[in-house]
Amino acid sequence: MPRSTRAAGLAALCAVTLMTAACGGDDSASGDGDANTITWWHNSNNEPGKGYYEQVAKDFEADHPGVDVQISAMAHEDMVDKLEAAFQSGDVPDIYMERGGGELADHVEAGLVRDLSEDASAEIDKLGGSVAGWQVDGQTYALPFSLGVVGFWYNTDLFKEAGITEPPQTMAELQDAVGRLKEAGITPISVGAGDKWPAAHYWYQTALRSCPQAVLEDAVTSLDFSDDCFVEAGTVLEDFLATEPFNPGFLTTPAQEGATSASGLLATEKVAMELQGHWEPGVMQGLTDDGKGLGEKTGWFPFPAVDGGEGDPTAQLGGGDAWAVAEGAPDAAVDLVTYLLSDEVQTGFAENDMGLPTNPAAGDAVKDPALAQLLEVRDASPYVQLYFDTAFGTSVGGAMNDEIALLFAGEASPDDVVAATQQAADQES
Amino acid sequence: MMQQGATAVVARPEPATTAARGATTPRAARRPPRLGWRQRLEVLVFVAPALTLMGVFILWPVVSAVRMSFYRWKGFGPMDDFVGWQNYSQVLSDDVFTGAVAHNFVIVGLSILVQLPIGLGLAFLLNRRIRARGLLRTIIFVPYVVAEVIAGVIWFQLLQPGYGVVDTLVGAVGLTPPEQGFLGTPDITLYTVFGVLTWKYLGLAVLLFLAGLQGIPDELYEASQLDGASWWRTQRYVALPLLGPTIRTWAFLSMIGSIQLFDLVWVLTGGGPANATTTMATYLINQGTARGNYGIAGAASVVLFLVALVMAVLYQVFVLRRDTQEQR
Repeated sequence: MPRSTRAAGLAALCAVTLMTAACGGDDSASGDGDANTITWWHNSNNEPGKGYYEQVAKDFEADHPGVDVQISAMAHEDMVDKLEAAFQSGDVPDIYMERGGGELADHVEAGLVRDLSEDASAEIDKLGGSVAGWQVDGQTYALPFSLGVVGFWYNTDLFKEAGITEPPQTMAELQDAVGRLKEAGITPISVGAGDKWPAAHYWYQTALRSCPQAVLEDAVTSLDFSDDCFVEAGTVLEDFLATEPFNPGFLTTPAQEGATSASGLLATEKVAMELQGHWEPGVMQGLTDDGKGLGEKTGWFPFPAVDGGEGDPTAQLGGGDAWAVAEGAPDAAVDLVTYLLSDEVQTGFAENDMGLPTNPAAGDAVKDPALAQLLEVRDASPYVQLYFDTAFGTSVGGAMNDEIALLFAGEASPDDVVAATQQAADQES
Repeated sequence: MMQQGATAVVARPEPATTAARGATTPRAARRPPRLGWRQRLEVLVFVAPALTLMGVFILWPVVSAVRMSFYRWKGFGPMDDFVGWQNYSQVLSDDVFTGAVAHNFVIVGLSILVQLPIGLGLAFLLNRRIRARGLLRTIIFVPYVVAEVIAGVIWFQLLQPGYGVVDTLVGAVGLTPPEQGFLGTPDITLYTVFGVLTWKYLGLAVLLFLAGLQGIPDELYEASQLDGASWWRTQRYVALPLLGPTIRTWAFLSMIGSIQLFDLVWVLTGGGPANATTTMATYLINQGTARGNYGIAGAASVVLFLVALVMAVLYQVFVLRRDTQEQR
């Protein structure tokens, strides 16, 4: 008995060793190391985006004989999960999506991403300020192909019904609009505070309006939040929360899952507006039976100015997606990424409503009026601040979002938000 | 992974192993067993798959979670930033985690205080010969069969403030539902979640108790009837004591389930609002997957494992041991 158990144990041990050896086998960061095969993961898993990218890959293969592009089009959440597993194992696809900020900095530190500063310098020049969120220590590690800004999406009909003729431009006007909507018996705003980040965006916006650009830029690298403007941001937000502008039960409302989510409430005309990113029209289309979302009634305005705030009132909060190349990927992968940012592909990208192109040559191809307006605001802004949670990285960003959600519930003060963020930041160093 | 760890504790037949050890050791000392290569191969073939699975899916994750808990690690790159017990002190001093532990124990306590009497009552009732007994039994057992996530989604919709069925019903009987809804008001959300849990798991309690009642010989009831005992007295002094082992087993399952509570809470509230319904499991998912603090999540999962283990062992020693000894 004992001896055979020992043998079986040995067998089990061998199996375990085999498994781990197989998992951690490949030392190079890239997929299969074949110079002519490029693996490409993206999240355009619906038409027309899926088909468009397939065509783009075919065109690229035609121009580069011998190169084989292997596309994996996945649902966004699936892709995020798979990428996380890929980073853990070090077996990263040749071309994948980076959200920039602290997350990218971590990947760079772990040696998983290829530096594109030299190889794609022409494209980087063309994209201008848009690449800022994907730079670490002055080097560019990914090329943003879609960059949007966050603002209020609203129902033009409901605004009219409440007698609001002009979109609010200051916080006072926004509070006035909330009051009018309530008087008209309309729930003013939906927010998916259950998912935390939609609530956190309010704080990001008030911080953007309260803090000078230099302070924010410094905070992203030094993770020092001692400037008073961060507390001020919370105070401004607290004043706004006091007007009780949100849908009932907003503390557990999800962001965009189902008709009872924050986006669903706006899409089904249960509320008048929602603060969301540039993806909102697409999300709303998916949440209505006719697939049109709010359709013609869709309006958009940027976050209003904060009285006395030291931040630039035209600065915008935004974010997007960028193509990154894994360290050790074949050079052809870099060629494909630069091709993806070309005038031609970006124009097609915009024509297919796949996002907001970063290549200036493709700007005119955006047809949707609300999105075109958003693009105008983006391009007119002095700088686009990357979403703070992305900029600060998941750990600090998560702690910050959690505390802001508590502020929404009335269980944390503006000081608490800064303290919790700082505490998480101190553990980073 | 912790779940499997704890289940392994539950499933381990304590007396059997000690008996086996007692039986083999002295004999092995006297004469080594002479197994032919065929028999050895046979043993190996039968045991290897199970051991491999256990090793890969239980042992290895537990070991790597423990290892992870001593490092600061973001989930990729080399794990080389050793921080000792720092993750543990951070977890244990985090209000959100201590709150989560408290929520777990509130659920453990409420489950036994509320579900036990209701479950017993229903079991006694359904054990009588009443009309539509089969139908009633089915109705009570159906929620248990529904997948936890599906149950969560259904209740999430029913509990929507304003539009939801529950709010409408509460309004129809003249009461005012909470303004932020049953899931959006921090003070009552934990109890709402407990309500849904009761709906979901009462079926299991009733099923187990019914099975226990079926095992009580009719002669005992007849005897008590001959002695002139009423139905109530029969249940109280005959059925209930004989149901003891079943109740203790159910309480054990309920406790372990409450400690590991995750799915339903995740779907209904995600731990919110304002951390009012966090459990240890949602805490470690939030720290690990969402924030990328795998060291903290590792430490939290080890704490969860230890809490479950200590409770399981104490329960075995002080409560379930009685049942096994009684039978000897």
